[in-house]
Amino acid sequence: HLAPGAPGTARGPLLAAAEVLALDDEEDDLEVFSKDTSLVEVNSFSPSVPISPSSMINQYKFEDGPELRDLFITVDDPESHITAIETFITYRVVTKTTRGEFDSSEYEVRRRYQDFLWLKSKLEEAHPTLIIPPLPEKFIMKGMVERFSDEFIETRRKALHKFLNRIADHPTLTFNEDFKIFLTAQAWELSSHKKQGPGLLSRMGQTVRAVASSVRGAVKNRPEMFTEMNNYMETFSQKINLLDKIAHRIYKEERDYFNEMKEYGPIHTLWSASEEDIAESLKGIASCIDRCCKATERRMAGLSEHLLPILHEYVLYSEILMGVLKRRDQIQGELDSKVDALANKKTEKDLFSEEIGKLEDKVERANNALKADWDRWKQNMQWDMRSSFTNVAENNLRYYEECLATWESFLASQSVDLHVEEDSEDRP
Amino acid sequence: MEDCLAKKMEITVSEAEKRTGRNAMNIQETYTAYLIETRAVESQSEGHCAPVDSLWRRYSEFELLRNYLSVTYPHIVVPPLPEKRADFVWHKLSADNMDPDFVERRRIGLENFLLRVASHPVLCQDKIFYAFLTQEGGWKEMVNETGFQLKADSRLKALNATFRVKNPDKRFTELKHYSDELQSVISHLLRVRARVADRLYGVYKVHGNYGRVFSEWSAIEKEMGDGLQSAGHHMDVYAASIDDILEEEEHYADQLKEYLFYAEALRAVCRKHELMQYDLEMAAQDLTSKKQQCEELATGTVRTFSLKGMTSKLFGQETPEQREAKIKVLEEQIQEGEEQLKSKNLEGRDFVKSAWADIERFKEQKNHDLKEALISYAVMQISMCKKGIQVWTNAKECFSKM
Repeated sequence: HLAPGAPGTARGPLLAAAEVLALDDEEDDLEVFSKDTSLVEVNSFSPSVPISPSSMINQYKFEDGPELRDLFITVDDPESHITAIETFITYRVVTKTTRGEFDSSEYEVRRRYQDFLWLKSKLEEAHPTLIIPPLPEKFIMKGMVERFSDEFIETRRKALHKFLNRIADHPTLTFNEDFKIFLTAQAWELSSHKKQGPGLLSRMGQTVRAVASSVRGAVKNRPEMFTEMNNYMETFSQKINLLDKIAHRIYKEERDYFNEMKEYGPIHTLWSASEEDIAESLKGIASCIDRCCKATERRMAGLSEHLLPILHEYVLYSEILMGVLKRRDQIQGELDSKVDALANKKTEKDLFSEEIGKLEDKVERANNALKADWDRWKQNMQWDMRSSFTNVAENNLRYYEECLATWESFLASQSVDLHVEEDSEDRP
Repeated sequence: MEDCLAKKMEITVSEAEKRTGRNAMNIQETYTAYLIETRAVESQSEGHCAPVDSLWRRYSEFELLRNYLSVTYPHIVVPPLPEKRADFVWHKLSADNMDPDFVERRRIGLENFLLRVASHPVLCQDKIFYAFLTQEGGWKEMVNETGFQLKADSRLKALNATFRVKNPDKRFTELKHYSDELQSVISHLLRVRARVADRLYGVYKVHGNYGRVFSEWSAIEKEMGDGLQSAGHHMDVYAASIDDILEEEEHYADQLKEYLFYAEALRAVCRKHELMQYDLEMAAQDLTSKKQQCEELATGTVRTFSLKGMTSKLFGQETPEQREAKIKVLEEQIQEGEEQLKSKNLEGRDFVKSAWADIERFKEQKNHDLKEALISYAVMQISMCKKGIQVWTNAKECFSKM
């Protein structure tokens, strides 16, 4: 089965909130992307492909108009694999595309979590100052969700789906070669390709350097803009973590409320069995409470489907962003230390000027890439927050409106009874 | 419909005051006194307000009044008092008798009690009740002088009767079952309602945290700032709204509680019937056995085994004179017994008749009141939903502007 549309894309509204957002917002987003030519990175920016056939759009039921999207990815069908050494889950990744660089227009592969990890690290390697979307965590400690429970697998599947789609939506990452291989290669092809890349040691080296640079403290030549970003991210990270906790707590309270309500309604039915005159009223109350109970359940589901995953994603994003800022600092640090070293050796300046030049370019590229991606990320974040919280508000509205209708109809039924009673009293 | 006191007199329990004093054991204690205000209704129609009489009473005096009424009118379903101690509380409410909210709800409950008594066709005419409302000093002595405590049936006696009665009126047996069921189901309902209230409180209050965090977050956002800030404000409003909502629900709970306690009053009437019926059955049994004894003595045949019969057989017969004397005594007793039985029978039938009349009156009152209470519960839910819709509509608008 195909997941209903790809959540998380900045270009189209989340399905649930589709009716809410004005079309001009969406158009603004599109404008931003088509004008965005400042990204110059390892993979060159290909000329944009003509607009995708509407048939593909219909298939995925996008509520808005035609998009610039030409790559459609879904992650579904988790399957358990048991070998002598381990048990793991694979997910089916289906890709549909009209891009020329893809040999075929449709691909179906199976990937396991490890493969996603590999992809993420390749992307980070290739684009150290781009904001790579978050992956779901390896193992969730809190919430007592077991490693292979259905709920855990489903949550992970949704997050993986989002991960790939966010990459597909990214103007630079979408053309990354490893990404293409991830989407198209058969299992054995991917294995052999994985072995080719820089090994574990080089990755460790990067980490060590990153740690070392952070130990050195704030980079002295850091442009004001990035200091502002750092400050912003520190506060943002704090707040988003709090919101994540609050949202989870609300979910828990709603669930506890639901559990008590389940017991509340039936007591009225029980009571009605000993009564005559008020039996109908009691049964009416019981049915109202039961309906409100179901409405609460729906409200909870809405929360766990939309807000909770988004907030969690942005908790992870805040960590990623702090990492990206550090890597930028590290790149600049390389330049700065080389410049410092050179300051003492006036005689060898010429020899190193080329090297310095290259480093300066590297820093400039890194800064530009980050700045552009940052702007894009902020736009997306604003968009995601707006739609998620609007969705929460709508969930609550729907809940209260349902309950209101239930109680009002009960009240109406009671007045009918009252009128009947009054009439019978009037009769001589 | 007879003119009951409630129609002639306005009764309110208007204030509650903390007092300290020495009790019967000369120990310092703190208690609450309630101000009862009364005003004759008739004179108001003449355009000027009648003067208000008032006096202070404490809960124990209300209890004394109720005990007096229960004993003096055992065939009446006597209105119950509000609870002595806070029961079925959910966590925010304190179980402390001195808590102002509890005192306030008790004040309303006591007023309700007085109004119930004042509108009862029989009870409202009671002099002691009238004095309770109007005579501050010497009321306690007045009550005790009635000697009602002596008329009270012992619990043990009543329990005994309940177990051993053979032919109670079926309607009372059914009523007893009904009151047991009523008590059980309302208790259960109140317990769960308290838990539901607790949870609902939690849901609303946690939303208040959104307000604080949104506000802090808005400080670092340029475009989203306003939307976040104002949305946060609405979350605060939402969180605060639960306090009034739940307080109103407490009044609903109190209405149910009254009928929970009424169940006990119903049972009391049933117990009285069983006691009277048992008494009657015992008297009849006694009479029958005396008649039998008489017959045995007269005819000389022993129909039933008795120790006396055995001993007289063993140790010699009585003289004819002794026998005659015995028969005479028995005949007198039988005569008395028959008269007593007659009057007991009459009493019993009168009791059943008048009790059942009051029970019918009670049933109508109960159905009316409970139905109204259920409707008021629905009204409260509707109001809560409307408030929720308003807040979330506002919040949605703010979110959409983020």
